Amino acid sequence: MTRQIYMDYNATAPMPPRVIEAVASSLGQVGNPSSVHRFGRLARRAIEGAREAVAQAVGAKPAEILFTSGGSEANNLALKGAGRARILASAVEHDSVLAAVSAVERIPVDRDGIVDLTALDRMLNTDPTPALLSVMLANNETGAIQPIAEVVRVARAHGALVHCDAVQGLGRMAFDLPALDVDFASLSAHKLGGPMGTGALYVRDGMVLQAQIAGGGQERSQRAGTPNLSGIVGFGVVAQQSRDDLQAMERVRELRDRLETGLKRLQPSVRIFADNVARLPNTSCFAVAGLDSETQVIALDLAGIAVSAGSACSSGRVQSSHVLRAMGADPTLSGSAIRVSLGWQNEERDIDEFLTAWGSLLVRHAKSLQTETAA
Amino acid sequence: MSLELKTNIPEKNGSGVARGSNAPKMPIYLDYQATTPCDPRVVEAMLPYFTEKFGNPHSRNHQYGWEAEEGVEKARAQVAAIIGADEREVIFTSGATESNNLAIKGVMRFHKDKRNHMITTVTEHKCVLDSARHMEMEGVEVTYLPVQQNGLVDLEKLKAAITPKTALVSIMAVNNEIGVIQPLAEIGKICREHGVYFHTDAAQAVGKIPLDVNAMNIDLLSISGHKIYGPKGIGALFVRRKPRVRLEALIHGGGQERGFRSGTLPTPLCVGLGEACAIAQREMGAEAERLRFLRNRLLEGITKALPEVYVNGDLEQRIPGNINISFAYVEGEGLMMGIKNLSVSSGSACTSASLEPSYVLRALGVEEELAHTSIRFGLGRFTTEQEVDYAVEHVVSAVKRLRELSPLWEMAQEGIDIKSIEWSGH
Repeated sequence: MTRQIYMDYNATAPMPPRVIEAVASSLGQVGNPSSVHRFGRLARRAIEGAREAVAQAVGAKPAEILFTSGGSEANNLALKGAGRARILASAVEHDSVLAAVSAVERIPVDRDGIVDLTALDRMLNTDPTPALLSVMLANNETGAIQPIAEVVRVARAHGALVHCDAVQGLGRMAFDLPALDVDFASLSAHKLGGPMGTGALYVRDGMVLQAQIAGGGQERSQRAGTPNLSGIVGFGVVAQQSRDDLQAMERVRELRDRLETGLKRLQPSVRIFADNVARLPNTSCFAVAGLDSETQVIALDLAGIAVSAGSACSSGRVQSSHVLRAMGADPTLSGSAIRVSLGWQNEERDIDEFLTAWGSLLVRHAKSLQTETAA
Repeated sequence: MSLELKTNIPEKNGSGVARGSNAPKMPIYLDYQATTPCDPRVVEAMLPYFTEKFGNPHSRNHQYGWEAEEGVEKARAQVAAIIGADEREVIFTSGATESNNLAIKGVMRFHKDKRNHMITTVTEHKCVLDSARHMEMEGVEVTYLPVQQNGLVDLEKLKAAITPKTALVSIMAVNNEIGVIQPLAEIGKICREHGVYFHTDAAQAVGKIPLDVNAMNIDLLSISGHKIYGPKGIGALFVRRKPRVRLEALIHGGGQERGFRSGTLPTPLCVGLGEACAIAQREMGAEAERLRFLRNRLLEGITKALPEVYVNGDLEQRIPGNINISFAYVEGEGLMMGIKNLSVSSGSACTSASLEPSYVLRALGVEEELAHTSIRFGLGRFTTEQEVDYAVEHVVSAVKRLRELSPLWEMAQEGIDIKSIEWSGH
């Protein structure tokens, strides 16, 4: 069997053994954190320990962290629960932001996917309705990092609240939520090697959200339901580790740079998206006109290499990426984009095998590529 | 990797009371309606999805994604099977609380422009009542049906409450505090005859009693993972396809789960819920018999030794793993302190931190004093006969001790009717 190489960490990341052990051992523990007896108290303690670890990873206070079932729920809770009538989001946000409420106004982005601050200012000027802005920390498809501090400055000048989807940032770039001065921020465990089904919403001290899931009064009455104990415990473990992950990211950055150097060597006309701006160290989204995404992911899968043709969240719908479209990418180019996102398990030889497989793909499609270049 | 899979429930052999010399002394767990430990077989089924099959089930481009999706779809079929549904009718959620919120808010938000009335009962789980109250704030009219003294709804009252404006009836299958089973088939029939959706919160019923969404005319049904020896953080909502139930999503985004529930499906948790359902379906019959024996042993042990104890809720229409008993002439907090070697609940887990008497017991007409001294004993898969015997002994001696200290008990023994006393104010 071919060696399997996983390069789709922005879809989900494999769990390190110590996280699996913590999760599996927690699964066997009985106890509802709401129960007052010993089993309940032990469960509660485990959750509060994890809350501290998650808070610490983003510079927040434990009381500012609400656990949710994941990033999508956290985004929905922030956008629906903040009580603002007008919601603006960058055009490259995740679907769970863009679809959270029916009338999200899209803030345009530039060629690299960076939010247009002048346009944002203009949009806020034209309508005095109290607004909530949602701008992601780093894009899931291209890795482009948004200037959140500047977005917040513009927002404050107009009395707008700011939500930041930081799901792709945690463990991949250093950030401190109170320093960024955002009001809300979404986090997810499984993007950095924690368990699926667990996320969190940072709610700045003093802000209160209208619960979207009502019930037993858990999570300071902003998110009801028996908490996902094993998931939260696992989240705590990866959060605790996330500062160290950042150091490991330097190694990942070298791998990513090695990949991109190789891509350019093999095909000088390759377009690497968002390469003029600060990006996550693990993400590379690129395209060669004439070499469509589908062809590439199928051939790479046969070679045992898992990458993505855009976001994993579109649940089977084949459509070109709204992110690349918003960046003004030509449809033929965005239809040729693939995303490589790396993580803790990747090694140099993974990159080399990728380049070998991709290189032979180029050779096989040399004819159609030539036509495309000539045309 | 090899992991030792075990629960923190004391081992089956041994008395359940004596522990290893250096093991921390844990009480006996009799709170299976609050939560259950994951069955080691469930954890076993989940493990491959933590390790080699870790992909995102929505990844369309590679083997990792397809394997994860396969796991999710097998689990969906297992969940469907235990309630007699089609697998396409099962939506995964983060738990029964979300399922109940989605069913009630989702249906009412979709239909309220034409039909803005729903019916529920006063003994529902807090998340159903809170969802209903939420809908009231959004302009929905809600009828809260009372229950009879045995905890069951009066079907005539249900019929009388249905109007042409009624869109939804939400009545739980099994009550979390008193374990009584509502007449689901009869309720379903009434709802179908009136063209009203029937939602049931079956968090406490799945795997405990046979359920068939078609035979019972159920249109929406909420399932919890951690109440049936599956993981926490996962649940499901059955949403009927024929006739199609329409509802609005609570969580929007990538359009997963037929658009009813966006977000990455947590593969291992889905697999865990599926396996938990499969095990429960297989073992339900024998397990019910075993639990009924244990429950009756507990009840008889207590009632034979103690006068003035009262069972709350119908004894027949009740899941075998539950008994809820009020002890007269003791004081609630003292009783809980007296039996702290038993992990039991003195009300629903969600409200047990408050000192309000249980609203469920109050709805049955249980007096406030007796509601305060009620104990829910929840028996489950890992409960042993020795544990039950220990519990009986422990409860009986605690209650006797407390009554010996109680002037009210002394008066009652002397034949004084306490209710006739006019207490002087202080």
